[in-house]
Amino acid sequence: MNVSTIAWITLSAPILAAALILLVTRKSKPLAAGLAILSALITCAGGWILFSRGATGDFLGFNWVDLGASFQIPIGIALDPLSRTMLVIVTTIAPLVFIYSIGYMKDEEGYWRYFAGLALFLFSMLGIVLANNLVMMFIFWELVGVSSYILIGHYFRKDSAADAAKQAFLVNRIGDFGFMLGILLFWISTGTFSFSALNSSAGVFVQHPALLGVACVLIFCGTVGKSAQFPLHVWLPNSMEGPTPVSSLLHAATMVAAGVYLLARIFPILSASPGACEVVAWTGAITALGAGILATQQDDIKGILAYSTISQLGYMVTGAGLAVSAALPMFHLFTHAFFKCLLFLTAGSVILGMHHEQNIWKMGGLLKKMPVTFITYCCGMLALSGCPFFSGHYSKDLIMACSWEHHRGIFWVVVIAAGLTPFYMTRQAMVVFFGKARTEHSEHAHESPLVMIIPLILLAIPAVCAGYAPVEHFFFHEIGSLAEPEVPSFVPTIFMAAFLAGLGLAFLIYRNVEKDPVRIPFLAQRFYIDDLYFWIVRVIQGGFARLCSFIDRWFIDGILVQGSATFIWTIGFALRFLQLGNIQAYAFFFGAGVIGLIYLILNVR
Amino acid sequence: MSPLLLLILLPLAASLLIMIGANPRRTAIVAALLNLVLSVLLFARYDLHAGGWQFLSEWHVLPNLGINLSLGADGLSMTMLLLSTLVTLSALWVAPKIEKREGLYYVCLLFISAGVIGAFSTLDVLFLYSFHELALIPTFILIGVWGSGDRQAAAWKATIYLGGASFVLLIGIISLYLSLPSGMRTFDLRQLDHLALSGTFHPASWIYLLLLVGFGTLVSLFPFHSWAPPAYACAPTPAAMLHSGVLKKFGLYGLIRICLPLFPEAIQQFNALLVLMLIGNILYIGYVTVAQKRLDWTIGYSSVMHMGYIFLGLASLTVMGINGAALLMFAHGLSVAAAFALCGEIRRRTGTLDYSELGGLGKVTPVLGLLFGFAAMASVGLPGFANFAGEILVFFGATVSSIYGPLMVVAIIIGVWGVVVSAIYMLRAYRHIFWGPIAQRWESLTDIAPTAKWSVILLLVPLMIAGFYPQIILNMVGTILPR
Repeated sequence: MNVSTIAWITLSAPILAAALILLVTRKSKPLAAGLAILSALITCAGGWILFSRGATGDFLGFNWVDLGASFQIPIGIALDPLSRTMLVIVTTIAPLVFIYSIGYMKDEEGYWRYFAGLALFLFSMLGIVLANNLVMMFIFWELVGVSSYILIGHYFRKDSAADAAKQAFLVNRIGDFGFMLGILLFWISTGTFSFSALNSSAGVFVQHPALLGVACVLIFCGTVGKSAQFPLHVWLPNSMEGPTPVSSLLHAATMVAAGVYLLARIFPILSASPGACEVVAWTGAITALGAGILATQQDDIKGILAYSTISQLGYMVTGAGLAVSAALPMFHLFTHAFFKCLLFLTAGSVILGMHHEQNIWKMGGLLKKMPVTFITYCCGMLALSGCPFFSGHYSKDLIMACSWEHHRGIFWVVVIAAGLTPFYMTRQAMVVFFGKARTEHSEHAHESPLVMIIPLILLAIPAVCAGYAPVEHFFFHEIGSLAEPEVPSFVPTIFMAAFLAGLGLAFLIYRNVEKDPVRIPFLAQRFYIDDLYFWIVRVIQGGFARLCSFIDRWFIDGILVQGSATFIWTIGFALRFLQLGNIQAYAFFFGAGVIGLIYLILNVR
Repeated sequence: MSPLLLLILLPLAASLLIMIGANPRRTAIVAALLNLVLSVLLFARYDLHAGGWQFLSEWHVLPNLGINLSLGADGLSMTMLLLSTLVTLSALWVAPKIEKREGLYYVCLLFISAGVIGAFSTLDVLFLYSFHELALIPTFILIGVWGSGDRQAAAWKATIYLGGASFVLLIGIISLYLSLPSGMRTFDLRQLDHLALSGTFHPASWIYLLLLVGFGTLVSLFPFHSWAPPAYACAPTPAAMLHSGVLKKFGLYGLIRICLPLFPEAIQQFNALLVLMLIGNILYIGYVTVAQKRLDWTIGYSSVMHMGYIFLGLASLTVMGINGAALLMFAHGLSVAAAFALCGEIRRRTGTLDYSELGGLGKVTPVLGLLFGFAAMASVGLPGFANFAGEILVFFGATVSSIYGPLMVVAIIIGVWGVVVSAIYMLRAYRHIFWGPIAQRWESLTDIAPTAKWSVILLLVPLMIAGFYPQIILNMVGTILPR
């Protein structure tokens, strides 16, 4: 088979599965799951074949819109080192999560809905990865948003899940507002939206650097929404209302990373605008720090991971904003995808073992009851914390070293954030796995079934090794340089000190505690940002809507329309004696009048 | 016989049969089904390569005045005919059991169908107008007799409003006719276009204003919109579907058909005014929609809001924008009809559309919930539905014309923001009706019946086909535009 056929099969297998599940196999649980997993395995095979062949090229499928030579929106696949690597990440993790879901969702309602949603998600995500132009990416970007909406709202009968799904969709749409405007601005300036042409169009903007900056920042709005960057980060912690495998695949490993992938895609043109890069880098750094701070005071096992995801996405975005190489954010995306997916799946295993208890302060002592879960958890946790010899260490250190080289202000921000990571992860590990069992559930916790354990073990391997030099070289040498910048010898010492400080401090504070000894309501309440947004939506937007509604009802309709209607009615009072009481009669006379009028106008000259 | 005449006559013949005693529902549905098949065949048979007016036929009515019943269809009218027959069949099919004067009910619906089909397939401006009136009058009757809520008031308001608009429109058309030099007077669109193209005919720009206000009111252009939401809220479901889905598009069709070719200068002159009005449609009505507390009013206002996008496409005066506007006319017609059909299904089950009373219905009516989800996502402009393709083309078209002034830039920003606003109110509706815990009183509701289900699927399938491959429609409407 030639490369383009494989690529198209890879892209379309999941949507076929989703359609079949929706139309045919709604009644049968095994068929629904089987179809979805089969399609995921097909994409996995396709992804690896394309990667191993080093498939390169631009394959036009068809012109989705074709208004002649002047305007066409193609649906086409772009295969290059960047999309190949991303393809491998997505298609490797997806089947594992799909399989894990069999165990996790075994007793849940809406089984077919869940697997159809997953398949739809996989299709949309692959569309983002393979898209060869901005509009096509936007199409799949929106589809990813809706599959996320469906999956977060899986337990739609719970108010919290229903609200979280809605919020996730709307917040993403706000980001997409900027994204769309950015596409339009790029298009009107350069006349193209294909990535290859766009990335070589920096010359167009030589005279208008501000225009380029604005266009890049507008596109970046899409990233801010999808990758949950400040100030649009609020939806991601709430999205944890979805089933845990969904949090793992969508809201940790792949979908939220799509924003970073977008930045990598437009990296050549983005890095041509220092102003835009400054905005991107600072947004990422602030997010990394802020989310890291918030993670220290969360009590929900998934909530902690959610904030850590935001924080790590902040690192990736910073990495893109440093304008060093597209490989820099992608490398961290790569390692993060594995260890964060793993962490969420272990959290899911804990949650299932705990009979759907998610509060870490009701757990404790799970070490002995769930040994496999614990060991795999440790792999993920150490990788995330940046422990040497674990994958996260390499990618995160690289970003910090580059920030030392290129942006001293950001360096200090991300170093503090790097110290926070081991702190909150150690806190979580200590409270969940060590100490005494705090509740009945944690005393009777049990290890998860094999179908869930195997994906954990399989993911633990890359969580440890994904950062090693040969792996890095294998996946990234074609994307861009990942050479460690020359930094003074005390810089790595600073990283190490931050790591050990966070680890040690958390160990000291959270050893053998019953309740959280540190209570900071300002952090537990998420800086009150959620409350502020709620107030804005309710008071400002709601008030504006009610004002518009009031004007419409009482001014436009009340005074202008009813007023003139009354006026006409008064004039027409004389017609009352015709007893125009009902509507049919009126309609008849209306028609007759029109015909009469035509006659008059045509004959009286 | 001309196939287009057959399209018009079939519903009329069915009405006649019903009047003399045939089973109303069955007769009407058979006629609508035949019409749909016929229009699909015509759509497929239309020669894209040749373009222009096809399936032509002509009957002289008042030749010395230049009035002829001439029928013909180009790509745009073919698309609108397909829309009309699709929505007609769906609306008749979804109609519930009628207790009171069932025959008249179906006759009214068939007359609307015949009227819109006539309006979209005639080449004569006067007949275009008259066919529209033929469709409008039964709408008032349907609202007034079979409506719900404050139906008399709603019917009156719509009648006065749309009657007034039709009157303004008529004056405009007559003035257009009279402004032609005597001896060359005609209502024939082909000749009018020809005269305008050859530069011999420059109608005064105030005539354009009359037509804009007349057509605009029919399309609920801000600030002439306030008839629409109450009329749709009170109208029986099939009437709301037919009017919002098809009949309302007549105003836009008229603007594209008559105003675009005949008033190139006047349109430029008054474009800023049109842009201001459509901004009112998108932003102001968008937020009015957000404030609504009932589903029928939400959908009613949302259909007013979405007209703003179609106007934006027209006001861009670009190939992309007008293509997008035409695609949106088709897409919005299908999606709003589906939304009203499902809205009617909810009301028939619960007796209320108030968000505060509903909730959690997804548990007991999963299929209804799924279909409503599709309709809501179409209305939100999700890719995969034709609405998205139309909107994005409108944005690209507007972007091209934004180089002419900052007002268009404002309109684009507001338009793109409106996509967020429409997500706000549609998702809120979905959340309030189908999600959340279910109240005890709704536990025993039954799911959607097969008839209603299939009549909504009949609308959603073409919507998604055109969404996946918009060229099906764009190839058609593109025939009226320069490439």
